[in-house]
Amino acid sequence: MATIFQSSQRSPAASSEEHVPAARANSVLELIGNTPLLEITRVTEGLLRPGVRLFAKLEGFNPGGSVKDRAVRHMVEFGLRRGELRPGKTIIDSTSGNTGIALAMVGAALGYPVEIVMASNVSRERKKIIEAFGAKPIYSDPLEGSDGAMMVARKIIADNPDRYFKPDQYNNEANPLAHFDTTGPEIWHQTSGRITHFVAGIGTGGTVMGTGRYLKSRNPAVRVIAVEPDDAMHGLEGLKHMASSIVPGIFHAEELDQRMAVSTEDAYEMVYALGQIEGVLVGQSCGAALVAALQVARGLREGCVVTVFPDFGDKYLSTNLWIGWEQWRKERLLKLVSKWNASESATT
Amino acid sequence: MPVKVRVPTPLRRFTGGIDEVAAAGESVRAVIEDLEKRHPGMRERLLDDKGELRRFVNIYLNGDDIRFLNQLNSQVKDGDDISIVPAIAGGE
Repeated sequence: MATIFQSSQRSPAASSEEHVPAARANSVLELIGNTPLLEITRVTEGLLRPGVRLFAKLEGFNPGGSVKDRAVRHMVEFGLRRGELRPGKTIIDSTSGNTGIALAMVGAALGYPVEIVMASNVSRERKKIIEAFGAKPIYSDPLEGSDGAMMVARKIIADNPDRYFKPDQYNNEANPLAHFDTTGPEIWHQTSGRITHFVAGIGTGGTVMGTGRYLKSRNPAVRVIAVEPDDAMHGLEGLKHMASSIVPGIFHAEELDQRMAVSTEDAYEMVYALGQIEGVLVGQSCGAALVAALQVARGLREGCVVTVFPDFGDKYLSTNLWIGWEQWRKERLLKLVSKWNASESATT
Repeated sequence: MPVKVRVPTPLRRFTGGIDEVAAAGESVRAVIEDLEKRHPGMRERLLDDKGELRRFVNIYLNGDDIRFLNQLNSQVKDGDDISIVPAIAGGE
């Protein structure tokens, strides 16, 4: 297969004359998107056929540190355009994760107060980051999870409906549109239109729906594959087990070619592999995305598989992800692959 | 040793939707075994195939994380409160 990145032939230590700095920006919002696409070569070594390449879009390079910057910027801009968000209003939403950080960042950049409802068991890093952007955290019962936080936010808004603007990432079409407008075109351009499979986790469904729609509009043969946890009780922060969750209004299963379930343990193993073999430290949803993308890629004779790594791993260092990883060795990755081989041969 | 166990939403399909159930046992491990008898399916969500607590599951005994007590062997007394809390809260 031809080289997708011409730049991959260049020395990593290209001279300063050749280095082109990022465009100057007037607002942090202008720095959202245009994230790099990294070819995963070391974790996949010896596991793929020669005509198959696997890439990950590193969304941790967004200024708020995650893919959620894209959806939040679109939802807030649409809210402003429609007059739903205007001076005097407060932005509120229930989110324990990256959307909360993105809302806090975008609110600060635009001068709007932000309140984030989150279950009290979110990681310390998240609470601190959200507070550091000046947003007000409101804590809900950890046993009730994200659906519980959603109920608390609804009550706060019902008590004072004129005060708040709620982006509502689960039902706001500006969320998938952000990916139709930005993530999809970027991937198309970065792969020179050679992408054959797009694999992404389902949180709200925004990334997989919007990006998938764009890619299919350019080439209907592109297969769009969604990744979700294998059980309602899971540890894949950012991903939703659809069968046991309130299905987001923006999620349309009929547009997907395939859905894959990933276990928490397999995803964690892949996070350790990415850190120690590839030199990329990411969050658990990235591990799940790569588990699925690698299984898709291994089934191909030829193809270009692209997945999305929603963020980097620094926000998760105090979480359970890092319990019991100290003895990790590359053999554990090979054991994981052998397990897939065994289950594939058992089902064929 | 009857104890009160608070059940998170992802496990309530095993308890008929109830958020707080009774169980018995002298240790947290024994309480989990009793939960499995009363509500089959609970154990494999809490313990791995080696019988250890799955990494993404936190169990609090009277508000204290059992990983900082005596893990699954933490002693349980009559009337204790146990909370099962997934390590994540959605995260979208």
